Amino acid sequence: MSKSKPVAANAVMTQKSLKRRILDNWQLYAMLLVPVALTIIYKYIPMYGIQIAFRDYKASRGFTGSEWIGLEWFQRFFSAPTFGRMIKNTVLLSLFSLLWSFPIPIILALMLNQMRFHRFKRVTQTVLYAPHFISTMVICGMIRIFLSPSGGLINLIAGTSIDFLTESSAFRTIYIASGIWQDAGWGIIVYMATLSSIDTSLYEAAKVDGASLFQRILHIDLPGLASIMVLNLIMSAGNLMNVGFEKVWLLQTDLNKATSDVIAVYVYQQGIENAKYSYSTAVGLFNTVINIILLIIVNKIAGKMSDDTSFI
Amino acid sequence: MSVNVKANTKSGKLTGFSEKTSDIILVVICAIILLIVAYPLYYVLIASVSNPYDVFAGKTFLLPSQFTLDGYKAVFADSSILTGLLNSFKYTIIGTVFSVTVLYLAAYPLSVKDLPGRKFFSLFFIITMYFGGGMVPTYLIVKQTGLINNMWALFLPGGVAVGNMIIVRNFFENSIPKEMIEAAEIDGASKWTTFIRIVVPLSRSIMAVMVVFSMVAYWNDWFTSMIYLPSPSKAPLPLVLRNILIKSSASASQASTISGGFAELNKMTEMIKFSSIIIAAVPMLIVYPFVQKYFEKGFMAGAVKG
Repeated sequence: MSKSKPVAANAVMTQKSLKRRILDNWQLYAMLLVPVALTIIYKYIPMYGIQIAFRDYKASRGFTGSEWIGLEWFQRFFSAPTFGRMIKNTVLLSLFSLLWSFPIPIILALMLNQMRFHRFKRVTQTVLYAPHFISTMVICGMIRIFLSPSGGLINLIAGTSIDFLTESSAFRTIYIASGIWQDAGWGIIVYMATLSSIDTSLYEAAKVDGASLFQRILHIDLPGLASIMVLNLIMSAGNLMNVGFEKVWLLQTDLNKATSDVIAVYVYQQGIENAKYSYSTAVGLFNTVINIILLIIVNKIAGKMSDDTSFI
Repeated sequence: MSVNVKANTKSGKLTGFSEKTSDIILVVICAIILLIVAYPLYYVLIASVSNPYDVFAGKTFLLPSQFTLDGYKAVFADSSILTGLLNSFKYTIIGTVFSVTVLYLAAYPLSVKDLPGRKFFSLFFIITMYFGGGMVPTYLIVKQTGLINNMWALFLPGGVAVGNMIIVRNFFENSIPKEMIEAAEIDGASKWTTFIRIVVPLSRSIMAVMVVFSMVAYWNDWFTSMIYLPSPSKAPLPLVLRNILIKSSASASQASTISGGFAELNKMTEMIKFSSIIIAAVPMLIVYPFVQKYFEKGFMAGAVKG
């Protein structure tokens, strides 16, 4: 949309019509007013505010008026006593979660897709979606109740009285298992939608050729899901450092910190609880930068693998 | 085609046994998975209407023991839980109306193909999906705009839910006949009139999904309220439950209403845990099956040009 003077009559025409098109659509622009204003104020201005990671932020002096101190906050973070532990916990928690929570929805979707009793299939889907609609707070409350050393369901069944939430060796298992319980069912939707778009004549042809159920899944369903699987994997890899704050924080106890101490919790504690605004922003920015680097690397690798770099 | 069908029935006879076996195996596996997903919820439900000592002793694996509604009575007698419940209803209703409105206001203009600047605005919103200011800069802006302890701090900073907006935009592009919009505009209807009279009524199914997503997000949220609404009287239900479920402490109002001493209070606290989980979870579990059939369609539409 350049505003240079039109040379040819043709250009005058298009510029006029552009102007008229803008005027004709003024109501649409008016509709965009509120969403755009909200996005500028609460998304773009905070992005601009990231610079306080390099400043000594004082509320009275604002984002741009506070003193510039360079990388001091980053250096402080790197030399924090729990720095190594936090990085390790964040990466491992995320990586193990991904290893479990990535394949399970695919397997569930492949199975449900073969289910021929439609009523049963629908009921199964409804039940599988249910935990996704429950608050993290409630889920963590349930986890605490089930794992309670006295009268908790798990200890009752096993006949033991272990306080799982004080064992740092159990934390990752608790986090990942409950995560699968809550979200694996919801995760099947995108795969079910993709599977339902596969041409059914392929199955008929395979049946004629004598392909077994397993062979049909292997040679028809899985290749059909390949691109969406790669896409999901890239997105998850790009979120590797974004361990959800809520659940870790609610399940953390003083005794399981050896494995539950992650960056997201640190950002919250330093920034909101201790009001160390600049320091917390620096830690958050460090996390974001690593995420972006991971996203680019994985995208490159996946692009090479599938000769299709248009994923993102 | 007829050849195909014949061959199919023939092979069905040949491999009939293995098909049947695989059906049985599938049903059994699915039943086990159903049990794993549903049992924890069922257990909490029966524990919530049982005597807490029996729950502790492991007598409520399958059926309630010494049926009682005392847990629910205690919940509704607790003023802090009641306040939380009312706050949650308020935030959920106002927040959902606001968020879905903003979502529609953004999605419709971006679905109009010949709108000058359409690409720019799309990019403008999509960038915020991948980059953000992070917790503290956002918090500082919310503070500067005077929203601390104001309910609107839950709605405004969320802005446009971009992922959902793309789903709605794609629905507008693919499922609303262009001819209808053009015809209306030739008849002299303004863009706004076509939006209200044609686009909104024709998109009821996707709107239902967005309403449910938004309701669930607001009903279940506690983190935003914890940061932006520090006043206890403004806490939504999940945040109130944090004291009971996570910190395992009885609220002050509870302690004052119970006369039976420490053991009785302890028993009450345990009962309230179960019943309050049910009260917090049930509303959304009732709502989502109504729009379940649209989930797959919606995700498909969103994935086409995500």
